[in-house]
Amino acid sequence: MSGPFDVRSADVLIVGAGPAGLSAATRLRQLGVAKVIVVDREQQGGGIPRHCGHPPFGMREFGRVLTGPAYARKLVERAVHAGVDLQLGCSVVSIDCSDGDLVVACATNRGALTVTAKRIVIATGVRERPRSARLLGGDRPLGILNTGALQEYVYLERLAPFRRPLIVGTELVALSSLLTCRKIGARPVAMIEAGSHSTVRRASMALPRLLGVPVRYETEIVDIEGRRRVEAVTVRARDGRVDTIDCDGVLLTGCFRPEAALARTAGLEIDTGSGGPAIDQFARTSEPRIFAAGNVLHPVDTAGWSWREGRKVGEFVAQDLAGKLPDAKPAIKLTAGPGIRYVVPQRLVPGEGGFENLQLRADNDVSSGLVAYEGNALIRKQALSTGPERRILAPTSAFAGARGDVTISIDGEEKTSNRSGSECV
Amino acid sequence: MSVADVAIVGAGAVGCAMARRFALEGARVILLERGADLLSGASKGNSAILHTGFDAPPGSVELQCMQDGYAEYLEIRDSFNLPLLETGAMVVAWTEGERAALDGIEAQARKNGVSNVRRLSAGEIRSREPNLSTRALEAVLVPGEHVIDPWSPFLAYLLQAKNHDAEVFFNTEVLSGSFDGSSWALKTTSGEHRARTVINCAGLFGDRLDARLLGAASFQIKPRKGQFVVFDKAASKLFSSIILPVPSERTKGVVLTRTIFGNVLVGPTAEEQEDRERATVDTETLKSLAAKAAEIVPGLAGMDVTAVYAGLRPATEEKSYRIAVHEDRNWITVGGIRSTGLTASLGIARHVYKLYAKLGNEHQAVASPITPRVPNLAEHLARDWQAPGFGEIVCHCEMVTLREIERALSGALPAGDFGGLRRRTRCGMGRCQGFYCNAQLATLTAGCFGSPLAVGDAA
Ligand SMILES: Cc1cc2nc3c(=O)[nH]c(=O)nc-3n(C[C@H](O)[C@H](O)[C@H](O)COP(=O)(O)OP(=O)(O)OC[C@H]3O[C@@H](n4cnc5c(N)ncnc54)[C@H](O)[C@@H]3O)c2cc1C
Ligand SMILES: Cc1cc2nc3c(=O)[nH]c(=O)nc-3n(C[C@H](O)[C@H](O)[C@H](O)COP(=O)(O)OP(=O)(O)OC[C@H]3O[C@@H](n4cnc5c(N)ncnc54)[C@H](O)[C@@H]3O)c2cc1C
Repeated sequence: MSGPFDVRSADVLIVGAGPAGLSAATRLRQLGVAKVIVVDREQQGGGIPRHCGHPPFGMREFGRVLTGPAYARKLVERAVHAGVDLQLGCSVVSIDCSDGDLVVACATNRGALTVTAKRIVIATGVRERPRSARLLGGDRPLGILNTGALQEYVYLERLAPFRRPLIVGTELVALSSLLTCRKIGARPVAMIEAGSHSTVRRASMALPRLLGVPVRYETEIVDIEGRRRVEAVTVRARDGRVDTIDCDGVLLTGCFRPEAALARTAGLEIDTGSGGPAIDQFARTSEPRIFAAGNVLHPVDTAGWSWREGRKVGEFVAQDLAGKLPDAKPAIKLTAGPGIRYVVPQRLVPGEGGFENLQLRADNDVSSGLVAYEGNALIRKQALSTGPERRILAPTSAFAGARGDVTISIDGEEKTSNRSGSECV
Repeated sequence: MSVADVAIVGAGAVGCAMARRFALEGARVILLERGADLLSGASKGNSAILHTGFDAPPGSVELQCMQDGYAEYLEIRDSFNLPLLETGAMVVAWTEGERAALDGIEAQARKNGVSNVRRLSAGEIRSREPNLSTRALEAVLVPGEHVIDPWSPFLAYLLQAKNHDAEVFFNTEVLSGSFDGSSWALKTTSGEHRARTVINCAGLFGDRLDARLLGAASFQIKPRKGQFVVFDKAASKLFSSIILPVPSERTKGVVLTRTIFGNVLVGPTAEEQEDRERATVDTETLKSLAAKAAEIVPGLAGMDVTAVYAGLRPATEEKSYRIAVHEDRNWITVGGIRSTGLTASLGIARHVYKLYAKLGNEHQAVASPITPRVPNLAEHLARDWQAPGFGEIVCHCEMVTLREIERALSGALPAGDFGGLRRRTRCGMGRCQGFYCNAQLATLTAGCFGSPLAVGDAA
């Protein structure tokens, strides 16, 4: 990069102006931290909610129901009002963690911007897994997209990417896509789901029924056809039945992945389970001056949850600047065992405070419970009935006494050595 | 209607290099392409390796064209702003059987004039590539094998041809034609075009074009598909050389290489098929490619996949290039440029110009050629986002700017479809595959393509 056009310094630099980043920044200012900069590569702040044209957002934060875009605007207003320096159109390209202050290189239209900061919070969010990473077969025509892109077509660009899509997946975001499709008069030809039942709770599946969208379970894509634009999709049911469905698009929903490219480039330890940076209970990554917050840590949770977590992380950072956090070492490791996709935080250090709960996700449906072993000793057992993609909480205090590494598994699965997790496609 | 000196059919790697060569030699060129943009056929998906020809058949036209093409690329690339990633390659033996073949590979390389090859012991392999599987027994090092940008060179060549009065017609499929003893009248989907000589560079349709216009084809295209998996940029730190297998009779085998865009590529497969248009990927094959990659470099296990694609080789029933001069019909067929056309294209163009000149054709070569510089897409060189005034970054994964998009949509050879825009800028090719930028690209490209990204307005 040619020499920087601007060099700034900050107490805290936050990467990502989504709910988590903005709430962390706002909290830091409220706690009296002087110089808080939030950078985002988009031209508008607010993160994913910018293009979630549907309610409900904002109950927790603003005490009323808002659409995503209205919520995003309010988050930005509140942060700016609190004295946060918001830099938009500013892509963080690298973080230099050598001694002294952290040095962050950003690309902006005006040239390179260098920010030196005492602390950094990475709050870069999640996205959905694209067609390529799902290794789906077939042609590669126009009209294959994720829900995020559909929302951007509809709510930011006022365009329609298709009229008769096939929807893949039954997470919440798939249901929201039905509403987004309605907005543009698109009529989904079907929803398909690889599992034997929906990822969302059964009651929510009233929505596709109401809209007349047939749902097929235990069904997967085997071929996508189309020279220029999608023309048809061939699906196969678990019983082997193969069937070709005419459609002009494929909407790949859910299968969330942290947008962790920056965390990886910065050399932070990445947890293979969550796909995001590994942290301790104070949200410190493997470089303790860099924190992380929001969905980059745990695919996927709601905006309200990310916002609340951002606020907490803002408090941890303020404590750290005041020298009040315990040392980042030594730490014990929390590992996801059989049946568990990830545990966040991945490390616990001795000391008071920090996140009240661990957040976990299961690979499959669970009716037994959660078990935690320190070596061979069972240190916690917790009843649990849940499904994949649902937030599981376990009190951090329950692990405070552990001296060695802890493995958390689904009860009954901890004896099987290989992980049973179905890969999401 | 005016009569051009030559009509080149097909704007693939070969046709674009051909158009440049003939234009530089002073011929009046028209280029007819059925796709909406250049590189719409076999040339859109390949391994992007600039080959030395170390393993080509000794004494073949293919070898000559590869080595001429290689040399010319190195000579002209700076002036066009074309990149080169100097990786070198290792032909690695994983079994004793393969190890026994290394002598022959080394000997053939020397015979082909690639004399800087040398043997690497298991220890030497390890010190060069510490992340390579320890199962590697021995290797032949080929220092001259390099990685290039598979698309920008041909844009550069075609721009230069245009600078020297070549006319390029897209969405123009040659359907039939008649030869009156001195020139051809070609019927196309966009009207009639006339030229004294026709050069068939129709790739996967080369035999069909010969059959349609000459009445018979002297060869038959047997498309051979190659699928690829592209890994996340984080993977490119794991190794540096191109890792080649010991080849079999049919193919060069599955290659593991870095790409010029900062990723890692594994592929291609070699799958015979009838269809000349569909280059589909399939889950099982992609999985096995990814597994194969992790066998070679264990650190690739579980690495995020960025992209998958497939290309079709215009193979024929024989291994060799099918270049034929039909003197009585003013027609040259350049067919069966199967798996080395990226490298050989400049050499093929020289070779074919010589054949053409032998027919008695003469032109006044351009005295001082105009050399257009194309935008750099290579990750290891300065990118557009590093210079101020780019507007905004549209594609965050590949760091593609608004300024680059706007340039690619205007100028002498604007992108004709979304694939063309991707090949000119890298937009949408990164890890999110358009999650963040596809919708904005729909707005930016509205009205530009025959096949638009959006099907209509939201309302
Ligand atoms: C398609 C989709 C639909 C969703 N729908 C809902 C919903 O309806 N309700 C709900 O509650 N939740 C929904 N979510 C979950 C969503 O992730 C959260 O609502 C919330 O946005 C998480 O906030 P965040 O701050 O962690 O991340 P985000 O909101 O994703 O914000 C991250 C920000 O970081 C920026 N960024 C990333 N990398 C860089 C970089 N290198 N430099 C500069 N900036 C960078 C991005 O531009 C982005 O603005 C949805 C998620 C997706 C993907
Ligand atoms: C999987 C794979 C990996 C490869 N790896 C490498 C590599 O690493 N290095 C290397 O050097 N080479 C490589 N190659 C080879 C290289 O890509 C090909 O040799 C080259 O692209 C062939 O180019 P072409 O111009 O002959 O054919 P094409 O690209 O197919 O061009 C022919 C053009 O003619 C047009 N056309 C056809 N019929 C008509 C008509 N009737 N009227 C008008 N237009 C028509 C088509 O639309 C097409 O654009 C690889 C190839 C594949 C498939």
